[in-house]
Amino acid sequence: MSDQREPITGIDVPISLKYNFTAGAGPARFLSQVRKGVLTGQRCPRCEQVYIPPRGSCAACGVPTEEEVVLADKATVQSFTIVSIPIPTNPIEPPYIIANLVADGANISFIHLMSDCVNEEVRIGQRVQAVWKPEEEWDYAMDNIRYFTPIDEPDVPADKIGKLPVSGWGA
Amino acid sequence: MPESEILNQAFELGYTYTRSTGPVVGRFLTGLRDQQIVGIRASDGRVVVPPMEYDPDTAEALSEFVDVSDEGEVVSWAWVKHPREAHPSSQPFAWAMIRLDGADVPMVHWVRAKDESDIRCGSRVRARWADETVGFITDIAGFELVGE
Repeated sequence: MSDQREPITGIDVPISLKYNFTAGAGPARFLSQVRKGVLTGQRCPRCEQVYIPPRGSCAACGVPTEEEVVLADKATVQSFTIVSIPIPTNPIEPPYIIANLVADGANISFIHLMSDCVNEEVRIGQRVQAVWKPEEEWDYAMDNIRYFTPIDEPDVPADKIGKLPVSGWGA
Repeated sequence: MPESEILNQAFELGYTYTRSTGPVVGRFLTGLRDQQIVGIRASDGRVVVPPMEYDPDTAEALSEFVDVSDEGEVVSWAWVKHPREAHPSSQPFAWAMIRLDGADVPMVHWVRAKDESDIRCGSRVRARWADETVGFITDIAGFELVGE
């Protein structure tokens, strides 16, 4: 019997890499604090930059960072991108915003989501604050924070982004 | 500085690739679905399996498909004593270069054998077709030793 099916023109060839990730001492302390709803950076004893998430050392000075600094959950948009194309296996529906955010008191950005915002009005220097999951869902993960949402504070000028004290800005 | 917990987590990074086969590999895979292994004739007359799109000597596009046998001989092989998860068999097996009857170059696939001593260069093997063929290389569920 001849086969009436269409010729093959494409194949599914998924690739997956299985990792077992062990957080080092610095990241582990950070994650233990995140589990309690606290963002903790580490300060370099030499250049005094505060890193979050901390890696346990200063990449610029090459020295251990041992001093821990509790940071605010308010932050400033350093850069952002509006994602319009769905990413396979990612449950978030486009369009959504991924942003580099600098927490007050920190000198380096981390990546997180922005929501509850007008995408077209998101801008560099915009002030945002964490929206946390309910406490009973907290785990060792930055997605204890669902997303960051704009707050009613004046924008931070570009040359001040990443240089705010932990006490914040404006209001 | 407080002592930290040791945190450890497994995670999987996956890419959901799909690939266009092009007409030549597409023809090969369509053949597998029909339980027919298809090669292609190169400019020097050799039959190459799986078929390639361009001639290895002249770089001309190739188009003369040739059906070959699903039986052939082992040209070389390597025994896998401890199969890994991604391997085609959970039992020890052999990766093998198999020259199918009607083909002039070997192709790589795997051979079912109970023991390493059962297989040698020159062993005759025959494709075992999967219960359901879908147009993928795994439509050949390994080769089996025959006639010994």
